[in-house]
Amino acid sequence: MILELLNQFMPAEVAFYVELVIIAVVYLGVFALLGLFLVWMERRVAGFFQLRLGPNRRGPSGLFQTVADALKLVSKELTATEGRDKFLHGIAPYFVIVAALMALSLIPFSAELQAFDINLGVFFVTAVTSIEVVGIFLAGWASNNKYSLIGGMRSGIQMISYELSIGMTIVTMTVLAGTIQLSEIVEMQRGGWFIWTGHIPAFIGFMVFMIAGTAESNRTPFDLVEAESELGAGFHSEYSGMGFAYFFLAEFVNMFIISAMAVTLFFGGWLLPFEIGADIPFVGAIIFVVKTLSVVFLMMWFRWTFPRLRIDQLLTLEWKYLIPISMVNIVVMAILVWLGLTF
Amino acid sequence: MENQMENQEFLADKIRTQEYQLNMGPQHPATHGVMRMILQLDGEEIKNVEPVLGYIHRSIEKMCEKSSYKQIIHLTDRLDYLSSHMNNEAVTLLVENALGIEVNDRIKIIRTIIAELTRMASHQLWWGVMGMDTGALTTFMYAFRDRELINEIMEETCGARLTMNYNIIGGLRYDIHDNFVKRVKEFIVHFKEKLPEYDNLLSNNVIFRKRTEGVGIMTKEQVIAYGMNGPTARASGFECDIRKKLPYSAYGMVDFEEVLRTEGDAFARYKVRIDEMWQSMNIIEQLIDKIPEDDFRMKTKPIIKLPKGDFLQRVETARGDFGVYAMSDGGKNPTRFKFRSPSFANLHGLNKMSENTKIGDLVVNFSTIDVVVPDIDR
Amino acid sequence: MSYFKDIFNAVKTLLTGMKITGRYFFVNLFTRRDVITVQYPDNIDTLKMHDRFRGEVIMGHDENNMHQCDACTICENACPNGTIEIIWDKEKNPETGKTQKVLLNHIYHLEMCTMCGECIEACPSDAIEWGQNFHHVTRDRSNLTKSLNRPESILNPNFVKSKK
Ligand code: SF4
Ligand code: SF4
Repeated sequence: MILELLNQFMPAEVAFYVELVIIAVVYLGVFALLGLFLVWMERRVAGFFQLRLGPNRRGPSGLFQTVADALKLVSKELTATEGRDKFLHGIAPYFVIVAALMALSLIPFSAELQAFDINLGVFFVTAVTSIEVVGIFLAGWASNNKYSLIGGMRSGIQMISYELSIGMTIVTMTVLAGTIQLSEIVEMQRGGWFIWTGHIPAFIGFMVFMIAGTAESNRTPFDLVEAESELGAGFHSEYSGMGFAYFFLAEFVNMFIISAMAVTLFFGGWLLPFEIGADIPFVGAIIFVVKTLSVVFLMMWFRWTFPRLRIDQLLTLEWKYLIPISMVNIVVMAILVWLGLTF
Repeated sequence: MENQMENQEFLADKIRTQEYQLNMGPQHPATHGVMRMILQLDGEEIKNVEPVLGYIHRSIEKMCEKSSYKQIIHLTDRLDYLSSHMNNEAVTLLVENALGIEVNDRIKIIRTIIAELTRMASHQLWWGVMGMDTGALTTFMYAFRDRELINEIMEETCGARLTMNYNIIGGLRYDIHDNFVKRVKEFIVHFKEKLPEYDNLLSNNVIFRKRTEGVGIMTKEQVIAYGMNGPTARASGFECDIRKKLPYSAYGMVDFEEVLRTEGDAFARYKVRIDEMWQSMNIIEQLIDKIPEDDFRMKTKPIIKLPKGDFLQRVETARGDFGVYAMSDGGKNPTRFKFRSPSFANLHGLNKMSENTKIGDLVVNFSTIDVVVPDIDR
Repeated sequence: MSYFKDIFNAVKTLLTGMKITGRYFFVNLFTRRDVITVQYPDNIDTLKMHDRFRGEVIMGHDENNMHQCDACTICENACPNGTIEIIWDKEKNPETGKTQKVLLNHIYHLEMCTMCGECIEACPSDAIEWGQNFHHVTRDRSNLTKSLNRPESILNPNFVKSKK
């Protein structure tokens, strides 16, 4: 769309690069706004869960509170420990944030609004999100702080383990969909959302996906990486100012990405049941965002209700429960699809 | 099997691991104030915990030696600030017993009711923080919702929310407020409804169960050997409730149960406190309608001098057996004043509890022994 | 089989917890009924403390700017922290011709006060009492040192000293 517009008054090659830049800028903006909005939402939701009001002073319903916080963080001095690995310490937040951004570019907001629709979509998302663990690990290692190091080690153990069950759940759903291109997965659900057509295995898959997804984005009950009461702030103890803000925003955007994937795989992406409002422009994007925020809310609900697991219990949960379940689930799903028992 | 063993030995030779030290505190979210623990760790596993004390030492015992007996009372508020009323009571009882003042039933009953309210407020706060230490942040606010009502009652009757300073030698500073009885009854009704919520939210939660059950087990013998007391020791089956053993104030008049459990793990310590809240409500319910009409203050001399000798008084605070020892030469001030604080005694068991557990377990154990750091350092 | 039973029970307990928090969330989202916090600086004018609340020590003055303190310094001695300093002078009473103590300044260091109430308890003339002010915020420590008697105030000539 943008490309056609640009082509009218500049040569095709230049137009291509200009388009890339425009999209990049737009996505950076979306990223920042999304992060700020989600932080606000988390605080507000937490407030209501905890019989409080949450931020309510700056702007309507305290909407600009996080903007003010971000400004504060930008203006803060960057401090760091002595004896840290300067290069790695500096580069670590970018691993996390770039991974989150790349994954965000694949999210199909609606039929038209998807920056990067490749036919390997699902794989690309899982591949890119697993880069993140490198950033967290580097941050923990390079900070020269034992708390950070423990946090980093925990993140390595945790995220690599839970990647497995996320991957397997995604495979389960692609068995049903028959494609791994994200936009096509959504299109496949025109007849009914996968959580409905895939019934039992899809539902189990959704549960596994939510648990593993919460663990992937390092949130309670799986926030061992930054377990507040144990490690202070975990891997980002030694980051201040924007370094900290990058990690913080990336965590929230990751939560959004996990939820967006859940919506795409299980809840029909930008589609409403029975094709309601299918032809009004941009309604798809709104539906998608609303659905995603509902899933995000579910994750917040977990966070503000449950205590945290211990590291060995975390691994028990993954290797003794989630992985066997999702393995059986793939087989069940394959049999169902083979016998045509899906709706 | 043998092969595996050999393999492990071989690996242990090749990969050298090393224990390391981690300094937890004095500024750390889990240490409830300013306590420092030096952990000796092997990976995530704890080999040794060494608490380092003294970060909030205010030499209160020395200050007591310089103060008159009336002035000492308000200093005890600042020891275990969550059981301030019971601490005050210990000093007043000590002086009253030394002087042979027998207070009337009204004073005794009011003191007991307020002490039980304080105990409940303390356990509520502990419950909130316990949830927070295990990662469930919401519990804190739920606990404060209920604790706020107690604080309101305290504020109305005693004039302060935390450091009540309501006991004076020979009675109470004020009479109870007109609303007191009504409000306490309202609170009991409210809290009876809310306490099951605590169970559903945390005690029955599978994650919380897994985090606490079988963690930090102390046997009865170990508990006695380490001199632990209060709910922490009662979780291992050690009967040590001063309210039962050496009844003071109105505890002789009521019928209540000493909560005991035998498992001795973190969950037992947790459950003992929850059940103690039920017992506290039981005690208050028995007494609240029985407050007789009488003076709220006995006649005392303006300047209080204890006879020559040493005196000891023990009370049961929310944390356990709190002892006050005074040595007097017959003057206005004590020559020696000593507190035996339950938190300090309970802290001894932490190392034993945390042997070969994970860092996460240390936080749980530390939370379930429920120490108040100013009570340790004094 | 117990494997599945475990999973089932675990999910059940988790859902019970979520039910409780969820109920509070939706009640608060729509009605704010269970919100327990107060909006502090906003309600500063309407916030009223209980009568017995110990905010600070004040000295009561009547409409003629008269107080009841005869500068006996009992409160100064009763205070465990040295919070109170009485500055007094001897002055001849024009009516009776006797010299008596006159209070110049009843200095009260709020920053050192532990609100223990010993001074008020000890005062034989009930000259000082509890004030319910709780808003002691200030930018300078020296603002916390107060003179309790108002300027130009004098001793009430016909108060009755109680025999405490
Ligand atoms: S309340 Fe206590 S500390 Fe404050 S001035 Fe009076 S005696 Fe001193
Ligand atoms: S305030 Fe009371 S105790 Fe203090 S000097 Fe005045 S009269 Fe005496």
